[in-house]
Amino acid sequence: MQVMLILPELVLIVMVLVLFAASLKKIQGIALTSMALAGAFLALVATVLASCASGTLFVGAYQVDGLSQLIKFLLCGGLFLVFFMCRSLSGIEEEMVNEFYLFLSLSTLGLVMMSSAVELLTILVCLEISSYALYVVISFRRGEGRRSEVEAGIKYVLFGAAATGISLFGLSYIFGLTHTTYLNEISAHLPKMMSSQPMAVIGMVLMLCSFFYKLAMFPMHAWTPDIYQGASNETTTFIATLPKVGAAALLIRLVSMTGTGISEFTWVLVVLAVLSMTFGNLAALVQDDIKRLLAYSSIAHAGYMMIGLLSGNQLGMTAVIYYIAGYVLMNLACFLVIYYIAPRGENITFADLKGLHRRSPVLAFTLAAGAFGMAGIPPTVGFTGKFVIFTSALEKGFYGLVVIAMVNAAISAFYYLKMARAVYCQGEEEEVQALPLGLGVKAFGAFLIIAIILVGIMPQGLMNLADQAVAALL
Amino acid sequence: MHMEKYLILNTLSYPVLSAIMLVPLVGALISLLIKDEQRLKVFGLLVTLVTFVLSLPLFTCFDLHTVKYQFAELRPWFSLLKLNYVVGVDGISVLLVLLTTFIMPFCILCSWRYIAKRLGEFIFVVLVMETAMIGVFISLNTVLFYIFWEAMLIPMFLLIAVWGGARKDYASIKFFLYTLCGSIFLLVAIVALYIKTGTFFIPALMDQEYSFAYQMWIFLACALAFAIKIPMYPVHTWLPAAHVEAPTAGSVILASILLKMGGYGFLRFCLPMAPAATLYCMPYLIALSLISIIFGGYLALGQTDIKKLIAYSSVGHMGFVTLGIFLLNDQGLKGAILQMINHGITTGGLFIMVGMIYERTHSREIADNSALGMIIPIYVTFLGIFCLSSLAFPGTNSFVGEFLVLLGAFKKSAVVGFLAIPGAILAAAYMLRLLQRMVWHDSDGHGHHHDEADSEDHGHALTDLNFREISMVVVLTFFVFWIGLYPTPLLKIMDASVAHLLQQISAGGAVSPVDPHAGHHALLEFGSWFKQIMTF
Repeated sequence: MQVMLILPELVLIVMVLVLFAASLKKIQGIALTSMALAGAFLALVATVLASCASGTLFVGAYQVDGLSQLIKFLLCGGLFLVFFMCRSLSGIEEEMVNEFYLFLSLSTLGLVMMSSAVELLTILVCLEISSYALYVVISFRRGEGRRSEVEAGIKYVLFGAAATGISLFGLSYIFGLTHTTYLNEISAHLPKMMSSQPMAVIGMVLMLCSFFYKLAMFPMHAWTPDIYQGASNETTTFIATLPKVGAAALLIRLVSMTGTGISEFTWVLVVLAVLSMTFGNLAALVQDDIKRLLAYSSIAHAGYMMIGLLSGNQLGMTAVIYYIAGYVLMNLACFLVIYYIAPRGENITFADLKGLHRRSPVLAFTLAAGAFGMAGIPPTVGFTGKFVIFTSALEKGFYGLVVIAMVNAAISAFYYLKMARAVYCQGEEEEVQALPLGLGVKAFGAFLIIAIILVGIMPQGLMNLADQAVAALL
Repeated sequence: MHMEKYLILNTLSYPVLSAIMLVPLVGALISLLIKDEQRLKVFGLLVTLVTFVLSLPLFTCFDLHTVKYQFAELRPWFSLLKLNYVVGVDGISVLLVLLTTFIMPFCILCSWRYIAKRLGEFIFVVLVMETAMIGVFISLNTVLFYIFWEAMLIPMFLLIAVWGGARKDYASIKFFLYTLCGSIFLLVAIVALYIKTGTFFIPALMDQEYSFAYQMWIFLACALAFAIKIPMYPVHTWLPAAHVEAPTAGSVILASILLKMGGYGFLRFCLPMAPAATLYCMPYLIALSLISIIFGGYLALGQTDIKKLIAYSSVGHMGFVTLGIFLLNDQGLKGAILQMINHGITTGGLFIMVGMIYERTHSREIADNSALGMIIPIYVTFLGIFCLSSLAFPGTNSFVGEFLVLLGAFKKSAVVGFLAIPGAILAAAYMLRLLQRMVWHDSDGHGHHHDEADSEDHGHALTDLNFREISMVVVLTFFVFWIGLYPTPLLKIMDASVAHLLQQISAGGAVSPVDPHAGHHALLEFGSWFKQIMTF
């Protein structure tokens, strides 16, 4: 059954085509929303059906294995959640609604394909499919002055193009050294070169830049705050979650190529992880715009994930998948609140969060769960993820790195705490109006809260899946 | 599996430890459905009382003759890291579990009128807090311990930040960040121990032998977390802020239970897992304890805010606890553990008393609450009892604890004993000063007329304790005298475990610190010089 291997991709392609047709016919409103939701749901079902598939396609350039299927599940699940959460599309230009769904689906298709790509040029093509779609979507924001969103869109394009260029340059080094673009063949040569060939280290680091860019990792992080702030809340929700899942999966594949030993390459990653965490957390401390704050916090989280990656052991890779899944949940929790506090799609600040517990207890608790989760306070998925990541790093002997990461976690607790405090402890005196929320939103909030806590205290299921997924790589 | 040799599995008809941990949590969730305020309070009280009743078999069915962990439960949890859900209590933790379940109903009762807003959330937070606190004391797995340890931060933060006083923002954030900073190194130590030994199971970790350098790292990482929690000089500064701003229930939880976790952590982690490092660091920690005792007492002497005074007195009292722990002899340890229980009862009682007077006069300044003896005699009677207990008056509970600690101190060295004595005297000084001003007129004549006018105001407005309040303090008073006059049952419970702990230390302390890298010489020399003084 060859079809089973690419069933999720096929469903997504059909979905993209249907949405494209809908955009020609200008089908909007509830019909469009249901179409998008149905498509995302079918894609999710397809990933479940294809979850046990394995095999290679397209002359070995496309590999369907445990890792790719798990990531596809996360991506399609994330897409469905994002569509469900943002179904009112209050922040998107009305005439662009069709294109919003179309391009996000297309971007997801690119990410889904990327998770299976095991050949460097294929990876790059998939990456570009997912990026180009996003370049367009960012400037779809509704508003009078188009300045900031256009600025955000252009920044994203420029940084993205630069990152791709750097990646291609690095790729040429790797190709020059190994004479192949297939990951499995590269991985046969690379571990030896990592200790003897500076060129290999440089090539790898440069090649990873595109993925650092997607993950918002230092030094390719600079776009994050402006894009988060400038893009509409819907688009930011997407950018903050799905591309990071895809990037994390690819980084797992690429970093695992370099072997499990500690080499110069590992130390480069250590430095990047430290800078990413520290810069992200320190910059987040002084933010007032919540989306900007989350942007900086995402830079910090990229650093935490990098610790799992650079550990290079099975536990570390497993932890990264677990962490990114949890990160999607916690990020969605925060963005859910942002999205529903701002009915006209504006950016929100700490002042808007004040007294939220009286306006909507469910949203308040959702934000608290998300914030405390990202701060790594148990019993949340954020704690368990950090715990396992740090365990994997200590297994490799990175004591100093873990201590720095822990100090960072403590620093980050301050601004997450600030969010919780604004929600629960401020705005007591002011008159506030209850937020008009549908049952769907409340249920979604409750779902996120339960997921964040339950996956945190019972990590067994997800961890085992992730463990099996990475077992084949190492 | 080899874990069973450390455990006596639970034989009661219900899984007692999981039950007392989960009942408050389930109660918290149910409380979200109740809207009526009166019913909420009654429900909260009922849940804490049921938890207390469920925990009573821990006392009655406790096997005094074993050092194994009793009432244990063992379930697989997370296989990738070989994690198990394993809980159990020994002679040390069982007392603290009982203290927790005993104190919690008082936290609800003392908030009956004090909490004016967001009562539903208050009950929820307090009940979640109880789950986390019990979880800390019953966990036999380092990860489980850490999860509960950290999970306490959020409800406690909310207790201070939502229902706190004027400077609640400052106090709550200080509390949160201080404790978090302490515990991050605890987590590193926990993971480091796992990587060394391949287990998270606390009793198994105690049985391992580690090199001296390794023990030092583990000891320091853990000790920082526990020293902050207990709190010990110089990392005590979060406590007065948190105590003063917290609502009465928050102060009671903080003083009665949260501070004990520091002491418990020392007993559970530092001493048995790093015995050689403990012996090495003993003089320094004794010195810090002595500083805490005297410094805390001295600062308490100068306070005008009643709550702040009690907060600083807690620093002094917990100094006695750490002193007792690090004397590393039988009397010291027993005195320390008993003193933890005593402090829970007495200082909890004192905070409840402060809460009562604050509800009446809306001030915590001593000057605003002076000369109450004529107006509300029942109140000042009980206040007097708790004050006397706090200064370790013979016949009250703290006397037994402090006496045992001092006995241990003199046994160790006369210098330590004599240095600890001023602490006891200071306690008498600040407590009697407080008592004298609150009960009688300010004898200095300072602000005399003003006071008189005030007290006349009081005369109209103040009412003495009502039935709810009297029943609370009567129960606490009963325990003050019971432990003061007949502490044997408590001492018996901890007997075997303390002996076992001492045995672990003497067995494990044999690892010698003779690994003198060049740079360590000066430190070692200073250490031996310091030790000579302290063991004179």
